[in-house]
Amino acid sequence: MGRKILFVTTDQQRYDTLGCNGGTLARTPVIDGLAANGVRYERAIPQSVVCMPSRSTMLTGQHPSTHGVWMNGVPLPVDAPSVAAVLHRAGYRTALVGKPHFEPFLDPFAKFTENRLAGEGKPTEADQPWFDGTTGPHRGFDHLEFSTHGATGPLHYSRWLAANHPEAVGMYYQVLDSTFEVNAAGGGETGAPQAHFNPIPKEWYHTDWVADRTISWLDSLAPQDDWFCWMSFPDPHHPWDPPAAEVGRINWRDVELPAGYPTTPAERERILDGKPRHWRMWYDGALVSNYEAPKHWVPATLTADQIREVHALNAVECELIDEALGRVMAAIAAKGWTDDVDVIFTTDHGELQGDFGLLFKGPYHVDGLMRLPLVWRPAPSAGLPASVVSLPVGLVDLAPTFCAIAGLSPAEWMQGKPLPVDDAGGEALSCGIGGVLTEWDSELFGVAVHLRTITRDGWVCTAYKPGYVHDGTEGELYNLGDDPRQQVNRWDDPAYRSTRTDLVADLWDSQPPTRSPRIALVAPV
Amino acid sequence: MATLRREIRIHRPAADVWQVVGRPELLHLWFPGIVNCTVNTNSEGTTRIVTTGAGIAMPEEIVTNDALQRRFQYRITAPLFRNHLATVDVIDLADGTCLVVYSTDAEPAVMALVIGGATTGALEELRRQFESGSGPALAALKEGAG
Repeated sequence: MGRKILFVTTDQQRYDTLGCNGGTLARTPVIDGLAANGVRYERAIPQSVVCMPSRSTMLTGQHPSTHGVWMNGVPLPVDAPSVAAVLHRAGYRTALVGKPHFEPFLDPFAKFTENRLAGEGKPTEADQPWFDGTTGPHRGFDHLEFSTHGATGPLHYSRWLAANHPEAVGMYYQVLDSTFEVNAAGGGETGAPQAHFNPIPKEWYHTDWVADRTISWLDSLAPQDDWFCWMSFPDPHHPWDPPAAEVGRINWRDVELPAGYPTTPAERERILDGKPRHWRMWYDGALVSNYEAPKHWVPATLTADQIREVHALNAVECELIDEALGRVMAAIAAKGWTDDVDVIFTTDHGELQGDFGLLFKGPYHVDGLMRLPLVWRPAPSAGLPASVVSLPVGLVDLAPTFCAIAGLSPAEWMQGKPLPVDDAGGEALSCGIGGVLTEWDSELFGVAVHLRTITRDGWVCTAYKPGYVHDGTEGELYNLGDDPRQQVNRWDDPAYRSTRTDLVADLWDSQPPTRSPRIALVAPV
Repeated sequence: MATLRREIRIHRPAADVWQVVGRPELLHLWFPGIVNCTVNTNSEGTTRIVTTGAGIAMPEEIVTNDALQRRFQYRITAPLFRNHLATVDVIDLADGTCLVVYSTDAEPAVMALVIGGATTGALEELRRQFESGSGPALAALKEGAG
């Protein structure tokens, strides 16, 4: 009997939303407790700041260029490498409960397995013709139960809610508007975009459903089973529509604006003007380069009170996740498994959440989107001491870490390395380059944006390829030490030219192999 | 209005490929995700109703079916769309192969990607059937039925 693995992800959660990371708004005692007894990472970085590429990196252990999911709406091939399949072959029982998003959600043709599987109400895919018995059912998972940010679509949670509580289906915020664009409609008390008072009872909300279904799956296992469970909460991704009865936990009027928030339009515009053009163009409503933010919302209209309310609603969602995780941990304890269970908690990417006067996400490689919560509580039986790791690590390192926990060598196709458990051995960092890579590619209705970023030695350096508003000479260079909020772009500062040259050379020298031919974009998300 | 174009080269003569593309009742046999289609012709023109894998029925108007230019055009008339026009061109490359171009113009813009994105799989399936010499669309041609 080996170590069991509970892999917990959220969606679009900032580093500073956890108490253990200095957050003061949401109470997260369960995750804080895991961090106190495990390894807390102070600079965990995604390889993409949107869902599908980032989640595909977690599953494959590869950078987006290599696994091929280069933007949302590009499906991960069904036969892509999968750490779940590696564990399945090693005898692990495997499950994915919650949000998958390796394939597009907008799928009227039901072309994609995740949608079709859920639409048929099935928890496995073993009857599919490509199932050869060696990789496990779909993507190496024995058991799949899916949910996303609301109650529409074919996923298991939507079907469950429609069948058991049909009156609640319409309670959620409508993520898309009547033209299938990301909804810009405001709500709450401040009119913040995608804020909504959701009358749904907490017990019917998707956060509790994900925990309930996880516990149900764990209950189906034998005591001696080794297992890998990916519990994937859809929150605190927008819409910010937690159960209304829980909203009173945090009064948005008491919420302080984020540290360093530029409170005047002039200050925000001065900072944005120091960055490549698309930052300011989005702020002014002149360019929407991607589908991950409402097309008909202008960030310059965002008020301080709206930022406060979004923070409050987001914090409520984070608290609900923490409590749901606590219920799962209690179920694990009741089974006597605690000593042999590794728990890894993280998210796929961050949220701007008011930084620079912006919300949501996009081609913006700064801490709001790139600095992620990551906590690894090794199985107590492993006897590893608690620690804090300040060196940069990547989500690409998760798959090899799961292998290491299971006593397996990382698969040869994995591009990361097992997560370090302390700051010793800096040369062993992700990809062997002493730094972490992040990439962005988007091509939507003629607007192309391409970024490549390296985080190394206290610097974040982003080089731009030619695109719709970029000629390929632009970039961003931030010193995380003296500019922790990335407000001063040093890219064109002659005093930092040698630093920039060194980082850019390292960035291009360390690019991962690119999948060919490129997988086609087939949906917006 | 958003516009999207997908294309693929098929190593078969344009005239052969057109025999499938120009038959609106065969669409479900080469467009993955469309499970059924029904064609009706009357004095006002030709219409088609396609049913997707998710069970959505979409009515269409056949706009152009030009065997000389090898151009097929249809318009989805479902209320989801303010505008839609799909164009499939089969272009002879004069070397025994052809280029099939599937264009989608639609409003709302997102729907161009949702619908047009699926044409990638359709073109790949069309090529697979012709270059392998077998498949449901070719079988239907041989049987003379849709």
